[in-house]
Amino acid sequence: MSMKKKIGAVVASAALALTLSACGGGAGGSTNLQALKIGIKFDQPGMGLNSGGKYTGFDVDVATYVAGKLGTTPDKITWVQAPSAQRETLIETGQVDLVVATYSITDERKKKVSFAGPYFIAGQDLLIRADDTSITGPDSLGGKTLCSVTGSTSAQNVKKQYPDVQLREFGTYSECVAALVAKGVDALTTDNTILAGYASQAEYAGKLKVVGKTFSTENYGIGLKLGNTDLCNKVTDAIKAMISDGSWQKAVDANLGPAGFKPGDGNPPTPAACS
Amino acid sequence: MGDIFARYDFFGAFWLTIQLSFWSALGALVIGTLVAILRVSPVPVFRLIGTSYVNLVRNTPLTLLMVSAILGLSLIMGLRLSNDVNMDVFLWAIVVLSVYHAAFVCEALRSGVNTIPTGQAEAARSIGLTFRQSLTEVLLPQAFRGAIAPLGSTLIALIKNSTVASVIGASEAAGLMATIVENETGGVAVFFLFALGFVILTLPLGVWFTSLSRRLAVKR
Repeated sequence: MSMKKKIGAVVASAALALTLSACGGGAGGSTNLQALKIGIKFDQPGMGLNSGGKYTGFDVDVATYVAGKLGTTPDKITWVQAPSAQRETLIETGQVDLVVATYSITDERKKKVSFAGPYFIAGQDLLIRADDTSITGPDSLGGKTLCSVTGSTSAQNVKKQYPDVQLREFGTYSECVAALVAKGVDALTTDNTILAGYASQAEYAGKLKVVGKTFSTENYGIGLKLGNTDLCNKVTDAIKAMISDGSWQKAVDANLGPAGFKPGDGNPPTPAACS
Repeated sequence: MGDIFARYDFFGAFWLTIQLSFWSALGALVIGTLVAILRVSPVPVFRLIGTSYVNLVRNTPLTLLMVSAILGLSLIMGLRLSNDVNMDVFLWAIVVLSVYHAAFVCEALRSGVNTIPTGQAEAARSIGLTFRQSLTEVLLPQAFRGAIAPLGSTLIALIKNSTVASVIGASEAAGLMATIVENETGGVAVFFLFALGFVILTLPLGVWFTSLSRRLAVKR
């Protein structure tokens, strides 16, 4: 589908959803805690990946744990694809109850949705070829070609902080990884979680490594309907429980560990109180 | 929402879309005309080349062409069109958009050629005009006039398809929209704003081409 068509479909579906929720009135507001609809990424290895109807990744594990604490067994969860551009709309229109999709807590987003968490503190990092010793951090990028996703926060950061770096942009990270492996670019930059997810994939075993020097802070939160403090509190308690009973660490090791990834400073985080 | 115009270069992005569309349209017209000539030429090999081009290019997704051009040709093969990354992406986007839409221009022109009664081509040959002469004096002028409407549709499609260039990082309208959605959160309003921008670009063009096709139609 062309970009134009995609936008058209989104607008049409959003408009449709708006009218539907308007008709539903008060009934649409309540959340069925026994059958949660959860928005995740479908295309992010290590975080949220749909491989033939089987969902894997750290976000998926967090979502499954939280849903379990709220009363939804794994087989009752409805997984919904939540691409970055549609996350707020999905929550606002009630198409999903929770979004666990590498969703950074920002002030702009807080105006539209409420966040529980953070459940993970990520940071912008660099993914390079395993045999590359010339890049040790953001300061050794002079004359190198970087790759990121069009319009992403990571791409904007690089443009602002390191204007002398050559930045290539693609529609998805997969193309960047392909370019990196083929030596078309020297590094891929985005959140270290996403980078570790790619480095952990079996096909890239031993070929790629995460540099491990973050130069931004991204607080991943679980997005939910604005002002639903009751649900927010329940989710926050579930996150706390996940961290304290060791499930959190297990999920990190299982999904991001294979590439030798260690969560950065501040992890595991202390979820903030809901407001 | 209201200060989006102040904080983002909305008009700059659409200006890039216009530039991208203009140069691509020019390129598509030139390549498309050449391919159309191949397809109506009396030499079977030329016709085969023309047909192959159209079928190959027309049936390949534009996104795929875009990504493989920049990933395969520019990055891996090292065929840089410019040392500046942004310029390289911009030029490659023009090349890909031109090559892709040339197939549609060719078919529009061929349909224009088909509006000309066969007798004219036969008459041109019988009075001793060469293929080149009958093409430039008799066939092409009428073909262009008969193909105005489908050419207009192709141009409108090209303007909208230029958004595909954002998948290789061209900072045109769709690229800016990705940035705004990332920073300001996605909302129906942002999508409508950009949709409106494209309507403003394409709607008058459609009206103009329709009236042009009526005025320039060859009366028979």
